[in-house]
Formats: sequence, C-alpha cells, structure tokens
Amino acid sequence: MSRRLAPYLLILPGGLWLLLFFVVPMVAMLSLSLQQGDVVSGYQLTWHWQTYVDGISNYQTQIIRSLWYGFITTVLQIVLAFPIAYWIAFRGGRNKSVYLFLILLPFFVSFVLRTISWKFILTDESFVLAPLKDVGLVSQDFHILGTPMAVIGGLTYNFLPFMILPIYVALERIDPRVVEAARDLYASPVQTFRKVIFPLALPGVFAGVLMTFVPASSDYINSEILGSSGTTMIGQVIQSQYLRSQNYPTAAALSFALMAILLVGIFTYARALGTEDVLKVAAR
Amino acid sequence: MNEPTPFDPVLFRGMTQRRLSRRDALRISGLSAAALALAACGVKGQGNTTPTAPAEDAIAKYWAGKTKNGKVDFANWPLYMDPKQPELKKFTAETGIKVTYQEVIEEMGPWFARTQPQLSAGQSIGFDLMVITNGIQFKQYVQSSLLAPLDHSKLTNFKANAGASYKTSAYDPGNAYSVPWASGVTGIAYDPAKVKTPITKLADLWKTEYKGRVGMFSDTQELGNFGLMVNGVDPAKSTATDWQNAANKLKEQKDAGIVRKYYDQSYIDALGAGEVWITQAWSGDVFQKNVSDGTNFQFVIPEEGATIWTDNMAIPITAVNPVDAITLMDFFFRVDIAATLAEYINYITPVPEAQKVIKEHAAAASGEDKDFLTSVAESPLVFPSTADYSKLRYYVEFENTALQQQFQSIFEPIVLG
Repeated sequence: MSRRLAPYLLILPGGLWLLLFFVVPMVAMLSLSLQQGDVVSGYQLTWHWQTYVDGISNYQTQIIRSLWYGFITTVLQIVLAFPIAYWIAFRGGRNKSVYLFLILLPFFVSFVLRTISWKFILTDESFVLAPLKDVGLVSQDFHILGTPMAVIGGLTYNFLPFMILPIYVALERIDPRVVEAARDLYASPVQTFRKVIFPLALPGVFAGVLMTFVPASSDYINSEILGSSGTTMIGQVIQSQYLRSQNYPTAAALSFALMAILLVGIFTYARALGTEDVLKVAAR
Repeated sequence: MNEPTPFDPVLFRGMTQRRLSRRDALRISGLSAAALALAACGVKGQGNTTPTAPAEDAIAKYWAGKTKNGKVDFANWPLYMDPKQPELKKFTAETGIKVTYQEVIEEMGPWFARTQPQLSAGQSIGFDLMVITNGIQFKQYVQSSLLAPLDHSKLTNFKANAGASYKTSAYDPGNAYSVPWASGVTGIAYDPAKVKTPITKLADLWKTEYKGRVGMFSDTQELGNFGLMVNGVDPAKSTATDWQNAANKLKEQKDAGIVRKYYDQSYIDALGAGEVWITQAWSGDVFQKNVSDGTNFQFVIPEEGATIWTDNMAIPITAVNPVDAITLMDFFFRVDIAATLAEYINYITPVPEAQKVIKEHAAAASGEDKDFLTSVAESPLVFPSTADYSKLRYYVEFENTALQQQFQSIFEPIVLG
C-alpha cells in the first residue's frame, strides 16, 4: 500500500505548490476578467465576456506589435546565438565552461538595471551618439532611444542566453563520430552542417524559441525603459490597466487573451516543426 | 519508458468508482463549486460613491480610546524632506515620539493599488501617515472610507497657521480627511540653451519646430489638463465633450511626431540628458535640478494657465498609531518647521508665515547660503503671488467613478499608442 501511495506523496509538495501559487491565482484572475464594477463599489462576477472583445479590439495594435517584436527578436537571437553556441561547443576546448560563464556573467545583475544602463549608453548625447553626430556620420536629430530598434535590441540582448544555452546543449551532445562519418562519406563542410549538425541542433533551437519568444512578447520593461509611446507592448498595457487605471477586469482579460494567443502560437509551431521527433531527440 | 508504470490507474478507479451515485454528485457539485470559486474571487469594495463629510460621532467614535504609543510610521515621496530629517529629529526630541520615515510613494496609481486591498480588508498597511495627491485616487480613498476622519481639536497649529486657501479645498471640504503637505504647479520647463525663443504658451508645445523634442506626462490627468487648457478650457469646469476635444488636440500633437515620449518622474532626467528640450514639469523639480546639477532650466507658468495640485497628509483608517500621526501632522504646521521644510523642498508651503522666517534665516546667513535662502523666500514657485494664483487651475473633480473612468479611457489611448 505504501508503495502505491509513494508516488502520490512524492508529487504532493510540488502539486500543492502549483495549486496554491498557480491554479488559485489563475482561477482568481479568470474570475476577475469576467467581473464588472469599480474599485470603490467593488466587483461582481457577471460573466461579462464583452471585456475580452473590447480589450482585444482596443489593444489589437499593441498585441500584434508585441508578437511582431517577439518574432523579430527570436529570429535575431537564433542568428546571433547559433554561431556563439557552435563555436563554444566545437572550438571551446578545455575552456568551454569559462566561455559559458562569461556569457552568463552580465546576467548576475538585475534585468532592470542592465536595461537602464542601455538607456544611458544610447541616450541622445551619450558617448556613443555624440561623437557620431559631431563627425556628421548621423544627423543631429538621429536618436535610438524611443524607436522600435532600441526595444528590439533590448529584448534581443536580455534574452540571448536563453537561446545560446539550449543550442549549446544540443550541439554539445552531437557525437563527433557522426560528423566524422559525414566527412568520410565525402560531405562538404556546408553539407555536413546542413544535413547533420543543424538537424541535430534543432531541439535546442526549438527549446530556445520557447524560452525567448514567450517572455519577449509579453515583456514590458524594455519598451517602458527604451521605448516611447510608439512602441507600447501589450505587457505595458496590462501593467497600466492594473496599476494606473485600476481597471482590473480588462487587465485580467488581456492577460488571459495573451496567454491563449501564445499557447495557440506555440502549439501550431510545435505541430509545424514536427516536434514529436524533436522532443524525442531532446529527451534522449 | 520500458519500466512498469509506477502509477496504478486501478487506484484511481477504486477511489472514484466505489459508489456511482456519489461520483455523479461529486461531479455536479464540482462544477458548481468551480462556479462558486469564481464568484468568491470578487474584489470587495467599500461602497458609498457619494462622499460626505464624516458625522461628528464618526470622528468621536474613531478617536475614542486611541492613545499615544510613542511611535509613528510615515510614508512619503522621494525628495520631500531633507535626508538628514532635521524636522523629524526635532519632533522626536520634543514629543518623545519616534518616527520611521520611508520614501515609498512614487506614483499615486500604484500606491493606491498597493494599499487598497489591505485597507479594505481592515489590515494595517504598516504606515500611520501618508502623503497623497489630490486627484482620482484621493477621491477613491475617501469614497471607500479608507481614511481616518480628522479630529480638528488636535490640529491647533493647522488652525492657526495654514493659509486660507488651504482650508477651503474642493477635494476635501473642511479638511475632513487630510491636511496639505505641499503644493506644486504643473507647468512647462525648457532648456534655454537649445530653445532659442522663450517659451510662454502651452501652444508652444504644439510647434512643429520642436518635433521629437517635447515631453509630456503619462499621467492621464496631467496630460488631459494640458489638452484642456490649450483649448481654453478650465479643467475644473470641463465636461466630457471638452475631454474628447482635448484628446483630439493631444492626438494631433502625437501624430505630428512632436512628442518624444510620455514620461513619469523620469522626465527631469530626460531634460537633463538633452533627450527633450521642452517638457511638462513640476515646479519644485526644476528648482532642485538647477540647484543640484548646476543647470539653467527655465520653468514657466504658461499664459493659458497651469494646474496646481496639493499633496496631503492623511491617516489610513487602519493606522496603529493614529494619535502619534495626528500630532506629527500638526507639528508640520508650526511656522519654524514649515520654513525649514520649504527651504529644502522648494514647493509651495501651506504656511504663508514661513516666508518671514525664511527671510530671517537669509538675513542671518552669509555668502551662498544667503543667496539661496533669499531666492527661496522670493521664489514665485514657493510663495506664489496673487497674480500667479489667478493663472492656476484646479483638477477636475469627478462626481462619480463612471465619469472618472470615462476621463481615463479618453486620454489613455494617447499615452499607450
């Protein structure tokens, strides 16, 4: 009997934790999104689904913009992260862990602080832009802060390790003999990469996309600090609905809508990539 | 996954199938329990959308049995007191009441969102005294009965020294729940090194020559007020139609690319960094920035008008040490205390007599200190003249929360773009 109960007892702490800090707040949020009222006279559950319709139609620009920024960020990250991970995995030699540590080092500092320091670096009269303006390489009115470029740059920077590490892990697992076999069979280096290394690294890319696309699309810090009113992302709208307008139902509804959109997106993506195989490889 | 599965599904079946009827009952009650759980998550409000002054017995009832405890927890905004806290030290020396002072309030919306749930549930927020701005959240605090009604028999200094206009505010008639800490003006600040023609009007904020160099506030009320005043409307007397027109005007400004960004407190750094040349600004900030960073930013009260706001001391209803809090409240209305405070923060003091004391301090000082104190005593931003006051407008007072939400929903899309 105790043998039978053991597994349940083992998942009990984790299960309770999830119930208390994940399920209960989610139910509360779901309820809140269907309530009507105001902060003074209180909110009552009226099953007001219209909040979702209004929220999504009022803020569709920001939702689409967030997904678009998330997409560009993810693509940029794959382009940047792959060579880095490849180099460390195949050329890192004995110092692999040193390189990995160096990549992680900046991330020992708070996310917000690092983003704020980008603001100092990129500001109009900073040591980066001022000399460029003085020598006339860019016009006097040129600025980076407040543009989509700054926000996407910030997002790419902030989530980069979450792309590098999974790709590195996938590349690291590749058996060198497989690569040697490809060469023995007269595959050119390009062919080896295309037909052997890249497919084997796909699970890492897949995991990296999951770990960066979702937080990048729902991020609000980067746009808040580096952006302007033209770069508002859905995370900022939710934050503002909660904290500035005290419009709790709209904020909750937007959170749920965002979650649903991201889930659908990810499942479609998993399907399209044929992740059954990918997950199998990843689970090896 | 070739090992035998450790979870035996039979166990589940045994638990749930023992009594069929019970399972059905559980399923049905489970569903309604889910619905109940959703309903139970309602956010409680404290009703009462038409605020009225508290009845005499409400005041007596609140203060009955409350005694001095010897300590008080004070929540205030950053830069609202000399970091050495000379006033609080004096207070402790004279009354024996220890003050824990924390600069925890940075924006009204988030502060309200943070304190409201605890206050509504009757729990202490850890503070006995807080400084809150007149405006939407102030009203929400009052409407939800989250502030302690003040016992004016304990506020003798306030009665004797507060300026007349500070005893007749529209947002808190008769100072039922609050007394002023300091007032300030929302006007325009600009950098004369970059802007060649002096700025005098709100309309200057709409000039295309300053494209991408204008800063506006992200606070819907501050932003909306400027839109209203540039259209020649007094915010305090504005209607929903005026709000829409003002929003259109602000939208014009945004679509023309004139606005660089909608700022919170960070606007002053953006001005310092040259990111913006002209910006909506709070009077005291500009004064303090010039003093601390040696900048030469100009602050103007535009021809069309500017708004005046007041930050107020209030006691949260669940305060643990309300008697100590009200004693401290009254202490700040002593002329000498108000004077030293104004010397540091450079916002409008609610104690007009303080000007005399600052002048005396200036006469006694020498060198740089003397110049500085004289400039404070003569600053129209600390002691505005009657002519200045005539240009100042008050915030719109919303009759109910529906109107307030309408106001916010009209101006919010501009900030959130």
